[in-house]
Formats: sequence, C-alpha cells, structure tokens
Amino acid sequence: MKLTEKIDFYQKPRDFWRGLITLILILTPLGINSYGLSLLTQVLIFGILAMSLDILIGYTGLVSFNHATFFGVSAYTTGILFYCGWKNFWLTLGAGIAVSTALAILLGLVVLRSSGPYFLMITLAFGQMIFALAWRWRSLTGGDDGLPGISRPDLGLPVSMENNISFYYLVLVFFLATLFALWKFVHSPLGMSVVGVRESESRMQALGYNTFGLKLAAYALAAAVSGLAGVLYVYFTGFISPQELNWTMSGLIILMVIIGGAGTLVGPVIGAAVILVLQNLISSYTDRWPLFMGILFILCVMYARNGILGYFLKLFKGGKNHEGIGS
Amino acid sequence: MKALEVKDITKKYGGLKVLRHLSLSVAPGERRAIIGPNGAGKTTLFNTITGLSKPDSGKIYIFGKNVTRLSAYHRARLGLSRTFQRNNLFFNLTLLDNINLALHVNRSPQKARDFLQHWGLYHRKNVKVKELSYGEQRQVELLLALVQSPRLMLLDEPTAGISQGESRVITRMIQGLPREVTVIIIEHDMEVVFNLADRITVLNRGQILYEGTAAEVRTHPAVKEIYLGSAGEEGP
Ligand SMILES: Nc1ncnc2c1ncn2[C@@H]1O[C@H](COP(=O)(O)OP(=O)(O)OP(=O)(O)O)[C@@H](O)[C@H]1O
Ligand SMILES: [Mg+2]
Repeated sequence: MKLTEKIDFYQKPRDFWRGLITLILILTPLGINSYGLSLLTQVLIFGILAMSLDILIGYTGLVSFNHATFFGVSAYTTGILFYCGWKNFWLTLGAGIAVSTALAILLGLVVLRSSGPYFLMITLAFGQMIFALAWRWRSLTGGDDGLPGISRPDLGLPVSMENNISFYYLVLVFFLATLFALWKFVHSPLGMSVVGVRESESRMQALGYNTFGLKLAAYALAAAVSGLAGVLYVYFTGFISPQELNWTMSGLIILMVIIGGAGTLVGPVIGAAVILVLQNLISSYTDRWPLFMGILFILCVMYARNGILGYFLKLFKGGKNHEGIGS
Repeated sequence: MKALEVKDITKKYGGLKVLRHLSLSVAPGERRAIIGPNGAGKTTLFNTITGLSKPDSGKIYIFGKNVTRLSAYHRARLGLSRTFQRNNLFFNLTLLDNINLALHVNRSPQKARDFLQHWGLYHRKNVKVKELSYGEQRQVELLLALVQSPRLMLLDEPTAGISQGESRVITRMIQGLPREVTVIIIEHDMEVVFNLADRITVLNRGQILYEGTAAEVRTHPAVKEIYLGSAGEEGP
C-alpha cells in the first residue's frame, strides 16, 4: 500500500540537519510562557510517539492502525504500578517499555502474517479489542474513569519533577536520545534491511533475508519507543483513560506521520507539532477541530505528498548529495 | 547429486491446475532453458522452486537437500538465487544501495563498488534504480541474483522487453558465469536459448512436453507445432 512517496531522507545527513533546524525554529516560540511550555512538552512526547510509528510506516512500509495500543498499554502499566506504590521512575519506565514490547511481539506474530489493507484492518481490530478490555476491566484500569491522580515521578535526583521546567528537560533528553537512537537504527544494517522490506519483500526473501523476522524486529522496536512515550505521557498529564487506546488516537498518530513526512524521522515530529498546536488553537474557538485536521490532510495529499518536511526540503533543495549505505 | 530435482509437483490456483505432476532434474553446472507458451506455468514453477509459493503436492530437492518445507529465505541461503520476470528491485534506493542490500549490507563497502566496476555500471552507482533505463534495470535484476555467487540461478525471461543490443549484453553476462554455476533460464527469444542452453525443456499446460538437446528440440514436430510455430520468428 502506498500512502506516501518515498524520499530517501536517511541517506542525506545534510537534510537531517536542515530538518532539525526547521523543527527547532518551529518549536522555540512555544517555550515562552507556561502554557507554551506545556504544549511544547506535549509536542515532544507525541514527537517520540510519531517517530516510532514512522519506523513502521515510513521505513518498513507497514501502515499499522493500533499504534495507540502500545502507547496506552505502557501508560496504563505505569499508572497501575503507581497505584501499587511504585514511585521510582526508572522501574516504571522499564516496566512500561517491557510490557508494550512483549505485547508487540505477541501481536506481531499474528498480525505480521498479513499485509497491505489486511494488515491495517487486523491491527485496527486488535487495537479495539484492547481498548474494550481497558474499558471493561474496571478493577484494574478504572474503566471509563481511567486512572487519575498520578503524580510526577521520583528520579532519584535532587531536582523535583513537579517543576514543569525540570519535567520539560527530562522529556527533551528522552526526545533527543530517541531521535539519535532511531537515526542510528535506520542507518544500521538492520535498518537498511527493513527499508529493503518496504521496497520489495519478495526480493528480500530471494536474497536470503528472513523478512518476517525483520518486520517483527521493527514492530517490537516501534512498540518499545511508543512505550517510552506512554510513560512520559502519563507522568505529564497525571491521568490515563481508555481514550488513549482508542482508534482515534491511532489515527491521530498516523496523521502526524503522514502530514509531517513519512520516512524522515524529523518530519513526523513536525507533524505532531502542527497538529497539536492547531488542535490547541482551534479547539478554543470551536469543537470542530477534526474538520480542520481533515482539510490539512487533504492539502498535504494534494500539494505535499512527502509531508510538510518534504515540501520545505524541496523548496531549498541544493545539490544532489547522495551517499550509499556503506559510505 | 543433482543441482535441482523437482518430483511430481502439482499446483492449483482455484480450479486452475497450473502445474500437473511435473518432474524435472538438472545436473550441476548445466545450462537449462525452459520454453513454452504464455501461461504454461513456467514462472509458477520458479515460484515453487524458490519457495515464494507452496506446491499442493510433490517434493523439491536442491543439491540433494529436501527443501519442500523450507521458507524462501532458507532456500536462498543454500545458494539458490533468481531473477523476476517483472523487475523486482529496490526502486527508491540507489544502484549502490541495491547491491549493498544484496550483499547483506556487507561490512566492506568496497565489495559493492568493485562489483559494479566489474560489470560496467559504476558510473551509475548513485542513481536511484527507478531512474535507470529499462534495459539497465534488467541488468540490475541479473546483478542482484549474481552478487552473492550463487550455485543455482533461476532466470525468468532476463531479456524480455529490451532491445537486441541490450539483450546481447545480458546474454554475454550469463555466458560469462563460472561453469560450475547451474543456470535455468526461462526464455522466449530462441536465439538466446540456442546460444545459452545445453538442454531445453518444453513446458505446456503445466506438463513437460519434451526435453532434449537444442538440436533435438529444433526438429521435434510436436514442439514445432506448439511453440516454435507461434513464437519461432521473433520472441515477444
Ligand atoms: N497468483 C496467481 N493466482 C492465480 N492464478 C495465477 C497466479 N499465478 C499464475 N496464475 C495463473 O497460472 C497460469 C500460469 O502462469 P505462469 O505465470 O506460471 O505462466 P508462464 O508460463 O510464466 O507464462 P508467461 O510466458 O506469460 O510468463 C496462468 O494462467 C496464470 O494466470
Ligand atoms: Mg512467466
């Protein structure tokens, strides 16, 4: 299934830096007041989430429609552990990531046997099953009330995370670490092989690659990273409800990836920023903001097939500077 | 030991029997051509040998090993490689990256460069494969199958749709393969077939109609009627 045209962003470090600078320019003004800071923190968390989905959509060619599952399950894990008295950030972080990764491996063994639109539908189905489970299993999840009152974590450091600026820096550190790690991943032999699967799975098999294993690895990695986002999210908002597991959330993350520019890592962060800022601006005037989201999406499909980032890169496209995998 | 042994393979698509109790064996180092009309089941035979699709019954041996239940990538690791009838490349990646992937992203990038140098495509290394000419893409199709130094190669109409000049380039590439490599080639162009093949297998409606040397096939009446009669003048 072809949702986007592919740009080989990962081959051109120069474009990566351009993208990062664009991103910083977009984000800086947000940091000026406490409202902006909170929005910026949210953008970075969703940026991590959107980047993780980009590994699947942009690099592996898997349009997964249950990415919110891994995000939400990890957030719930953190919330439930908090209710059990686990206050240590690093323990809950490890637990949240472990649970979503394990779930991805289990689900992946089933859903990765299908491809294209079938893959999209079966992931959607599993996502909604888990959404329904969170809704019903009141004793564990609080049902539709969710789990409120989760306080900021204890990092074992002298700074308190109750301070929004400290928490912002915590998120920023994780954001940059994720960006760096995923950038390394897509340039590693494993990351390149995953792009090969996107381009032609049958050719990869004929070349001796275990393509199922490659897809499973990408799926697990994406889930682990969205698990990280889930932990940060629940500590940021102090609250988790089934809505975070719903397909609308999964759809929103897909929009972030596609509007920003799939297959670019930085693009989906721009997508997250644009969507969250628009959502905040527009929803203070009208509750029809999904309508605007739809218009934005249509504009992107019509005028910027490579997303917002792809559009800007084309504008200041300099010399062609292709480099090979091995160079 | 045979390089390839196909024993009593049957393959159905819905009600359509594409391969019917087909058996075939190819000796190591042999150059075998498979010819037959459109829809005879040639590509399907390749797909079952490489593991891209599973036969309904029958067995497949590669270098004496029963691979019937092995997945495609496992078979490839035994030294089996193939080209596709319709170009099946990493179109959005550069030529060099295509070769790198075929080499399993080898630690020494020099190997891919040397390889392209050897085959005269080095100057195109940074071009995205989708931007290469069709003839060049056809060469890359062959290069991806070559680069891992396979022991058994299945080539599905490597010269389909290209000019005579380009076709000669490809024929020479195949002729230049080391003699110990076993090559099975599906080909409509009889000039290419007679240039390359030691033996020819004629496939029709999922069955083997005839098998023999080039000279024998040329003169066989039934073969002439079914195949050469219609496609003998000029390959499609
Ligand atoms: N995946 C499939 N699903 C259904 N039918 C198929 C499939 N693959 C092949 N067929 C049918 O099987 C028959 C044999 O196809 P195949 O591609 O093997 O023929 P071929 O000998 O390679 O022909 P050509 O010379 O045109 O390449 C055809 O009738 C084709 O329509
Ligand atoms: Mg065919």
